[in-house]
Amino acid sequence: MNNSFWRKLSTHGILILGTIFMSAPVWVAFMSSTHAADTLFREGLQYWFGGHFFETYNEVLFVEGGVMKKVTALEMLGNSMILGLGFAIGKVVISMSAAYAIVYFRFRLATPLFWVIFLTLLLPLEVRIVPSYEVVAGLGLLNTHTGLIVPLIASATGTFFFRQYFKSVPEELLEAARLDNAGPMRFLIDVLVPLSKTMIAAIMIIMFVVGWNQYLWPLIMTTEENSYTIVIGIKQIYQVLSEGGELPQFQKAFALTILAVLPPVLVVLVFQSWFVKGLVESEK
Amino acid sequence: MKRVQFERSTVPYFFVAPQIAIIAVFFLWPAGQAIYQSFLLEDAFGISSQFVWFRNYEDTILNYAWLQSAGFTVVFSSLVTFFSLAIALLLAVKANEVLHGSSSYKTMLMWAYAVAPPVAGLMGNLMFNPFIGDLYAAMNAMGWDFNQKLDAFDAGFVVILISVWKQVSVNFIFFLSGLQGIPKGVMEAATLDCRSPTKRFWTITFPLLAPTTFFLMVINITYAFFETFGIIDTTTRGAPGGATNTLVYKVYTDGFLGADLGGSSAQSVILMLMVLALTVFQFRFIERKVHY
Repeated sequence: MNNSFWRKLSTHGILILGTIFMSAPVWVAFMSSTHAADTLFREGLQYWFGGHFFETYNEVLFVEGGVMKKVTALEMLGNSMILGLGFAIGKVVISMSAAYAIVYFRFRLATPLFWVIFLTLLLPLEVRIVPSYEVVAGLGLLNTHTGLIVPLIASATGTFFFRQYFKSVPEELLEAARLDNAGPMRFLIDVLVPLSKTMIAAIMIIMFVVGWNQYLWPLIMTTEENSYTIVIGIKQIYQVLSEGGELPQFQKAFALTILAVLPPVLVVLVFQSWFVKGLVESEK
Repeated sequence: MKRVQFERSTVPYFFVAPQIAIIAVFFLWPAGQAIYQSFLLEDAFGISSQFVWFRNYEDTILNYAWLQSAGFTVVFSSLVTFFSLAIALLLAVKANEVLHGSSSYKTMLMWAYAVAPPVAGLMGNLMFNPFIGDLYAAMNAMGWDFNQKLDAFDAGFVVILISVWKQVSVNFIFFLSGLQGIPKGVMEAATLDCRSPTKRFWTITFPLLAPTTFFLMVINITYAFFETFGIIDTTTRGAPGGATNTLVYKVYTDGFLGADLGGSSAQSVILMLMVLALTVFQFRFIERKVHY
């Protein structure tokens, strides 16, 4: 056997170990969710399918659980979907329009306003959590979709992304549009948006995942179970499951975990190339 | 900026207005409130408050719990950044090398990006559960008297492991794209000059990846500071005895659960200054020292 054979073998060995490291937790969670509660309690985690898949998933999706027994996983998935989509669409619309103004117009406050937008990068939600909560509570927006989504969409990342992209669009397009007497709105809708289609799709995918995975903000501003997203809900339910005096329902905790992970993972897998492009481009 | 631009006086304001309005209401106003409250001391019932200059800052910085938390945050961020970058770089280099199956490896190594930190935390929590967790059992079987509820080192181990796991995939994506951006000709020339792959990596590939690495360092430090909130809240919650309290988690527990507004705001402002320092560092130091 020669040197290059061993090298190939070690390369594949490292990649397989990496794959196992990244996938094992989710695989074990999925397998364990298909077993009965007492099997898990007696034998520990499971590494292969059990016979309780339909039973467990049917129960968490459609039977009401939670601390107050008022919410099903299906409702929580619905809330997460609204948050993910609302966040993605809102972010794209708002940041695209701000970037359009900054790149394509000459106006007096352009630079100061750009710095105000930039400032948001310095103020992650985590450091101004209490006053943000007070603002939203003062506006009466607790437990609403508006209060959940709007404070999250203002940050600058999307604006920078579109600003970079618009700057790379050839100048001639605007010159041509002006010769045709197209106004700013026409140019945006008929030229710039169609041109940015892939970029918009890529950023939407990333923002959907980011929105779906929000934790701290939904945690403090949703106090009613009906408004829980799945990411928040599984935590609450998990606490109940593991604190109750009866046999802990670990299989349900695992099933909820899988349900919380599945939609964003599917989005990333299905749109993989767009997702990678958007991620790498947006961080430049 | 563009050479050719629209010259309209009111139209651009109409386009930036939505973002500026949201920023004013949900960013500038709360941030201003945080700064203002950090100079106030409220009485025990939250009825009256008094202006106390920098007393909240003094109390914060001289407080043992805050210092402990700052110390943990530094150690935690360094370890998470180092290990998640090292693992991701190794995997990216190997994935860039293979000819067969490279796209399946890529998919398998990047999909965990979509897992939310708190969900990763919950899974980790179940893996280390004393009743059913195999990792818990395995640690103890190896003779490590493992108990993350009582032992500070073990608790730190759990949160670091989960935080690294969660961050490997995003680093992997960036390293791989950085590696693919290195021109083929450069690598071929290097192969002719230097037979040892290890030496080639450290003298050619690694320096060429420096911009990506520095950029990822900033991203990872920010991640370790802020986004690991979800992991800590679903695993140790700062236990035992505040040993795994990051600064951000402490802002939350003091301000939200402990209702110490002045102290929590002072901690927030200190964190803002840290983010500011990191951003300035990123723009000044890194952009200049790293040659593209």
